Amino acid sequence: MAALITHSPILIIAIPLLAAFLTLPIGRAGGKARNVLVIASLAFVEFLVIILARDIYLNGIHIYTLGATSPELTLPGGAMVPIRIILEVDAMSIFMGIIWATVSLAAAIYSLSHMARETGQNRFYTLLLLMVAGCFGMIFTGDLFNLFVFLEIASISGAALIAFRTRFADAVEGGFKYIVISAVAGLIFLFGVGLLYAQYNSLNIGFLANAMQYSTLDIIALTLFLMSLTIKTGMVPLHMWYPDSYTVAPANITAMLVITSHACMYAVFRICFSLYGITLDATTVGWIIVIIGLLTMFVGVTMAVFQTDVMRFMSYHAISQMGYMWMGVGVGLAVLGNPEALATYGRDAISGGIFHILNHAMYKPLLFMTAGALFHRTGTRDLNKMGGLGHNMKFTLILYIIGTLSIAGIPPLNGFASKFLIYESVYQFNPVLAVVAMLVSIITLASFTKAFQSAFTGPQLPEYKDVKEVPKPMLIGMGILAAGIIFTSIFPGLIVERIVNPATDALINQAAYVNGIMGGGMP
Amino acid sequence: MEHIPLNFPFLAAALLVGISLYILIFKKNLIKLIMGIAMLAAGVNLFLVSLGFRAGGAAPIYTNVTEGPMVMPVPQALTLTSIVINVAVLALMLTMAIHIYRHTGSLDSEKSRKMKG
Amino acid sequence: MLSKIVRTVTNEFMLFIVVFGLYIIAHGHLTPGGGFQGGAVIVSGVVMLLVAFNSQELKKTLSERVLSIMESTGALIFIALAFAGIGAAFFYNFLVGTPILGRIPATGPNPGDIWTGGVIPLMNLAVGLKVVAGLSAVVLALALFSSGEEMEE
Repeated sequence: MAALITHSPILIIAIPLLAAFLTLPIGRAGGKARNVLVIASLAFVEFLVIILARDIYLNGIHIYTLGATSPELTLPGGAMVPIRIILEVDAMSIFMGIIWATVSLAAAIYSLSHMARETGQNRFYTLLLLMVAGCFGMIFTGDLFNLFVFLEIASISGAALIAFRTRFADAVEGGFKYIVISAVAGLIFLFGVGLLYAQYNSLNIGFLANAMQYSTLDIIALTLFLMSLTIKTGMVPLHMWYPDSYTVAPANITAMLVITSHACMYAVFRICFSLYGITLDATTVGWIIVIIGLLTMFVGVTMAVFQTDVMRFMSYHAISQMGYMWMGVGVGLAVLGNPEALATYGRDAISGGIFHILNHAMYKPLLFMTAGALFHRTGTRDLNKMGGLGHNMKFTLILYIIGTLSIAGIPPLNGFASKFLIYESVYQFNPVLAVVAMLVSIITLASFTKAFQSAFTGPQLPEYKDVKEVPKPMLIGMGILAAGIIFTSIFPGLIVERIVNPATDALINQAAYVNGIMGGGMP
Repeated sequence: MEHIPLNFPFLAAALLVGISLYILIFKKNLIKLIMGIAMLAAGVNLFLVSLGFRAGGAAPIYTNVTEGPMVMPVPQALTLTSIVINVAVLALMLTMAIHIYRHTGSLDSEKSRKMKG
Repeated sequence: MLSKIVRTVTNEFMLFIVVFGLYIIAHGHLTPGGGFQGGAVIVSGVVMLLVAFNSQELKKTLSERVLSIMESTGALIFIALAFAGIGAAFFYNFLVGTPILGRIPATGPNPGDIWTGGVIPLMNLAVGLKVVAGLSAVVLALALFSSGEEMEE
């Protein structure tokens, strides 16, 4: 068991990769064998993530050096520079890892019946497992170029999955936009990595954090990183591709893509806090991030109010909720150089932002999957054409209500807990931000009520009289996420203290991150 | 070779990136967009390779090499990975362009836009 | 389909291209080259075959089943070699020091001994196999796609 825990960072990335390569030969033996392989490998990955998380909360950072004689040997033979690709898993990485493992398991179970009518399902599951491996690699790595490679793997498989149903013209258009935007963002990121390599001759995040002097080329590299990851996360003003691509994908793929953009946001936090850390001009960069978050919240929700396509409506809300997370963490970054403000409200702001990542990652995929359930049974995404479906689809109705109350921040559900934490701490930084955040929350509730009334309530329309409930695998997939929401709503204090606060401390504490790498040599 | 200033590869890379950004912003044909992305990739790859150059160095291979300093090998490995990734991305974009042409009959990105708002 | 002279010369010439590509793949740990580069050279030979013959003709030899099996084999060999070193760490070069491909190379300028490198030449071969299968599938699929479009009208 101890050996399994030591090797688990790379096993979590390598097992979906191995399963992806095995899917094509095993798929020739029949659909059932392939389904068993996919679900079994994702369940095993979830088990590994949970035991690794327990070990990290007890023992600290886990390092894995690929190809060395022992996994913790980062500086062999007394060298001063770490060689080889190093995976570094601290509390923030494993936080994102828990989210991604759960959501991808739920999405894979959901797709067992949602994609059952399509041809070429072997290729679909191969791409899905490649996307899982790519996103895990992005979350766990400690090396900048490795981040670029896994970012591209996740983008390519994501684009192929968006355009998978080629009989719909708008699906292919959405996929084309996604791959063009991702390619440009990836190349801009690579340019920044080249600039940092040219100065310090290393690509390792821990080593660069140690050697960083904040020269002009470093400022240019930071700007390039922020630009490229802002495009990938879908923040305003570079958000135009986001609703177009996320509307037309299959519903469970959209759920997974939302978490992929969360992982890109994690990359922003990793670069700002652990790579640049206190050498950065914290007030300026923090304020830039806060302003971007504010604009995103506001523009997202105002564009969402008048949409008629249910998935497009939810994509705009996803953009707006990401603004909350950027604003919370941006406030924490802005006071990073000021220790008393950091202790009073900065740390709570970062905790609120990170807790909101967890909550958003549970209710947003749930909402997308209910929209997919509506599409699966009625064949349309237009809210004007739907009506009175609550009579037939009772489980979907209950799950949709749970998701709506959560996103609007109604107590006692978990959306309220994280939003309250953000309001409290941001108010002490600047009151205007908290007021705008509350306003956005009210408009969110209003628009979701309108969508609920339009799709589920009302008289039963004649063309939807024989619509039945969705098949069991879809309900199980949605049920996993709903169970997570209810658990987090009942014990918010426990979740904040055990899972969120260690992640916040791991982000703020740059010295522990550097020490994990530079202190790992053999005597 | 002393007449060429050492900054020349970086100027060429900047020129390629500039032209490709112009193409991406102002051109409407899908195939021209794909060519613009290929040019952006070429510019970034050229930038990466020319980072490793050390004046007077030989290629970083031990087989039958003459004595003396060598250029840095790591940027060459980074460039190779980037070229492979860009091949996959370009193949995917071309396939999607063919599908869009089959559905809408034109390669103009203005005419094939179905989603608004 | 081009004329008989072109088809015959292409058939003969393909042998030299495949040998050259395999030389680049096999010597990847000593001279410039490796899995992707050698695979791309062989795929350029496949493109030459595609131009000389019809894509429909080529589909009978390089059918989807053959390419899929080649691709999966290459990928599975690569991952299996990576997992095999997990006693120490993932991707550990467990063949260095053993008689198979395991001699330690001399440092400094040397004529280049091919039985060095451990796991790296084997991984090069696996990657080369996968690249040949993958890129020829892409090229063949694009050719069939566009010719299918013309045949429909």
